[in-house]
Amino acid sequence: MTKQIRQLDRVVIRFAGDSGDGMQLTGDRFTSETAQLGNDISTLPNFPAEIRAPAGTLPGVSSFQVHFADYDILTPGDAPNVLVAMNPAALKANLADLPRGADIIVNTDEFTKRNLAKVGYQASPLDDDSLDGYVVHPVALTSMTVGALADQQVSKKDAERAKNMFALGLLSWMYSRPYESTLRFLERKFAKRPELVAANVAAFRAGWNFGETTDSFSVRYEVKPAKMVPGTYRNITGNAALSLGLVAAGVRSGLPVFLGAYPITPASDILHELSKHKRFGIVTMQAEDEIAAVGAALGASYGGALGVTTTSGPGVALKSETISLAVALELPLVIVDVQRAGPSTGMPTKTEQADLNMALYGRHGEAPVAVIAPKSPSDCFHAAIEAARIALTYRTPVLLLSDNYVANGSEPWLLPDVESLPDLRVEFATAPNGDDGTFLPYLRDPQTLARPWAIPGTPGLEHRIGGLEKADKTGDISYDPANHDFMVRTRAARIEAIPVPDVEVEDPDGNARLLVLGWGSTYGPIGAACRRLRQRGLPVAQAHLRHLAPMPANLGEVLRSYDRVVIPEMNLGQLAQVIRGKYLVDAIGYNQVRGLPFTATELETMLEEVLKNV
Amino acid sequence: MSEPVALKLTAKDFKSDQEVRWCPGCGDYAILAAVQQFMPELNIPRERIVFVSGIGCSSRFPYYMNTYGLHSIHGRAPAIATGLSVSRPDLSVWVVTGDGDALSIGGNHLIHALRRNVNLKILLFNNRIYGLTKGQYSPTSEVGKITKSTPAGSADAPFNPLSLALGAEASFVGRTIDSDRKHLQSVLRAAAEHQGSAFVEIYQNCNIFNDGAFDQLKEPATRDDFLIRLEHGQPITFGAEGRFCVVHPPGGFGLEVRETASVRPEEIVVHDATVADPAYAFALSRLPGLDLSNTPIGVFRSVDRPSYDSVVQAQVEEAKAKVTETPEQQLAGLLGSGDTWTIL
Repeated sequence: MTKQIRQLDRVVIRFAGDSGDGMQLTGDRFTSETAQLGNDISTLPNFPAEIRAPAGTLPGVSSFQVHFADYDILTPGDAPNVLVAMNPAALKANLADLPRGADIIVNTDEFTKRNLAKVGYQASPLDDDSLDGYVVHPVALTSMTVGALADQQVSKKDAERAKNMFALGLLSWMYSRPYESTLRFLERKFAKRPELVAANVAAFRAGWNFGETTDSFSVRYEVKPAKMVPGTYRNITGNAALSLGLVAAGVRSGLPVFLGAYPITPASDILHELSKHKRFGIVTMQAEDEIAAVGAALGASYGGALGVTTTSGPGVALKSETISLAVALELPLVIVDVQRAGPSTGMPTKTEQADLNMALYGRHGEAPVAVIAPKSPSDCFHAAIEAARIALTYRTPVLLLSDNYVANGSEPWLLPDVESLPDLRVEFATAPNGDDGTFLPYLRDPQTLARPWAIPGTPGLEHRIGGLEKADKTGDISYDPANHDFMVRTRAARIEAIPVPDVEVEDPDGNARLLVLGWGSTYGPIGAACRRLRQRGLPVAQAHLRHLAPMPANLGEVLRSYDRVVIPEMNLGQLAQVIRGKYLVDAIGYNQVRGLPFTATELETMLEEVLKNV
Repeated sequence: MSEPVALKLTAKDFKSDQEVRWCPGCGDYAILAAVQQFMPELNIPRERIVFVSGIGCSSRFPYYMNTYGLHSIHGRAPAIATGLSVSRPDLSVWVVTGDGDALSIGGNHLIHALRRNVNLKILLFNNRIYGLTKGQYSPTSEVGKITKSTPAGSADAPFNPLSLALGAEASFVGRTIDSDRKHLQSVLRAAAEHQGSAFVEIYQNCNIFNDGAFDQLKEPATRDDFLIRLEHGQPITFGAEGRFCVVHPPGGFGLEVRETASVRPEEIVVHDATVADPAYAFALSRLPGLDLSNTPIGVFRSVDRPSYDSVVQAQVEEAKAKVTETPEQQLAGLLGSGDTWTIL
């Protein structure tokens, strides 16, 4: 039968199922196929903290949303155009996010009395009018997969498990995706079990062929490649990009990277990734606790390595005393906080930006550190290098504030030319620096205010440092009041003096009177909302902070040149408070802490309201 | 490594220019002098020696050593030293700690350093009291200890540091006493020669807050009957003319002290620090009574086990050995790995 082909400029698909249904993998593969085609992409995985929550229940629903378009996009999309629901729980958990008219592909095999009852459906929503207004495609995914694999040498259980590949095949057909990379992926994944390669490939093809032959799907869609900067791309998550940034920092500094880490969601992937790259001289240590992880990293920095520790909010709290020691020792240290919803254990797999105050102020004494935050998954690569650059050049702890949204979300990444990455080489102290031939461990470089990095093993520079207050220059223990005052001010001044790029303002028409200021992972939703407003003729300017300590030198001037400043944050107004305090600007906060990123729509609506009063 | 050259260092070379500020009469002075005098024996250049400490009286130690030194934070010295040692196998890394630092706030790091067998020499100065905070009971204080924080007597049972270290399967465990310089240096020597974690408990007198805690082990009138001097390969006897001995009673789990005259010579345990099962050294660590009678000193255990540092470095070296590209080429390859696409 001939299918109609329809062109679209953008599509948002959400794959949803039980945590054991392989939805993350399905979404990941669809994303990879889409990347191969050349669409711009943004993804958002959403999964429970439980490894296997009770099957078929609402808390066990795992989903993966992918937004792809023939133009450059900034977010994983507000509302799905298509929902793939592998069971009643997946349908119920996601239906509210769907606009009327959306396509719903349901696995009818799972709509049993028992499964319906588990999530409180009295009757099957497929049989009553509750899905009126949606385009429902009932597909017996499980039984058709099992049927298609009847000739395969696999158990019924393995055949049933391949149903996600059937779904992927169907969606790949529906959106005309190139699937060679998926076939290659299956061969790699099941290299040791050829019968599973065959079964999954067969399931994928069965899904594709089903789309082509069934009457249930009369339209096939195409989304043309986006116009993107020429070059080689890969799709990358924030955690992967951040890991590669740390590898790159090691290469560009010529120093061994030492990662001390304790497993914690959502940061563990960085430990996993860096553990694979020993050939770069990277040492990873899974420490006994968060404190040991940062302690070992600091010990390694003392010995001349690039010491790094990766964690999430609860871990940063535990590391705080050691970070203060690093402030006193003035040694390089990179602390990565992949933020999650708190306080306490909070919602470990959900996103939030509520560790900004902790990053800026969460230590005892006056203990300033540099703080930076990546704005998107691929930006995590460059942010990691920037964190390393500041740590190495200015001999300071640097807090890198990622969050679950950028860490697990993905987007296309234009691969950088290695030679174009910053040169991070450092010079260790090799000779005494005092007039009388002595070594002064706290004699500062007049430019950077950094003290010499004199690593053990250097003859003639034997010296003792510690957490006790040190005398200027000599580093000897000092309780002198004036010296302490001087050292406290110097530690503050040396962070303030770190040169960071000016904040750039995006105001294409140059006539905006409203500025939206963001930081970290809100860049995408804010950017998308601003674009929509501008398309509707409503001028609005966007500025985004990557450096939160020190802040860009031009920020005050930028803030004061607008009538109104709005600061959307996934916290209760932490940056807004800093901005108000530091610049005396009457910024308005817009705050949501739902564990989910902002949607562009809600920001658009909010900003439109604000504009009425500007 | 090139041929070792005799460095001809002396104790004086290991004295820093800092004024030593422990209380007059503190046992730490004797330990410092013994360590400074012992260090030249290592024939390691001063710049390759690092002392790392935590917080407490003992943790001021690094300031007085003319080596590299890091006075860190409470309890964390083993963790910090682990990062240093693992990333710099060329260094000789020593941890100086106390009973509160190592066994209370830093207990977790201590046991994990020992189980990993990190190449650290850990000297625990045990004075069974908190000195720097002015006299609270410590995790090694005896039950019922009356201090400022326990006016009615402490209610909790103490750790036996050696039992704890052995429970963590430390590959080297020893004990010595601040006032016996010769013995202290003999244990340091054995510790320094050991590859992996060496844990040494040093009984140290705090003459301000817990004076005389170890007097029975020091007074000429009592020490010979109280101290069991362990010597590898020798039957364990002690007291005047060896009138006591250590036996392994049939049917029992541990070791016991008997009058030598009451047992057959072959029943006397011959000390073997290399016994693989830590149960033997553990039994030795359980011999002392509450009054410090039957206190073994010397090397309890010294067994060969790969150090964490060596295993980690071997993995890195093995991975690096396969590399033929420059780091930049490797990086370019890594960045471009996985599914990529090109836009022209």
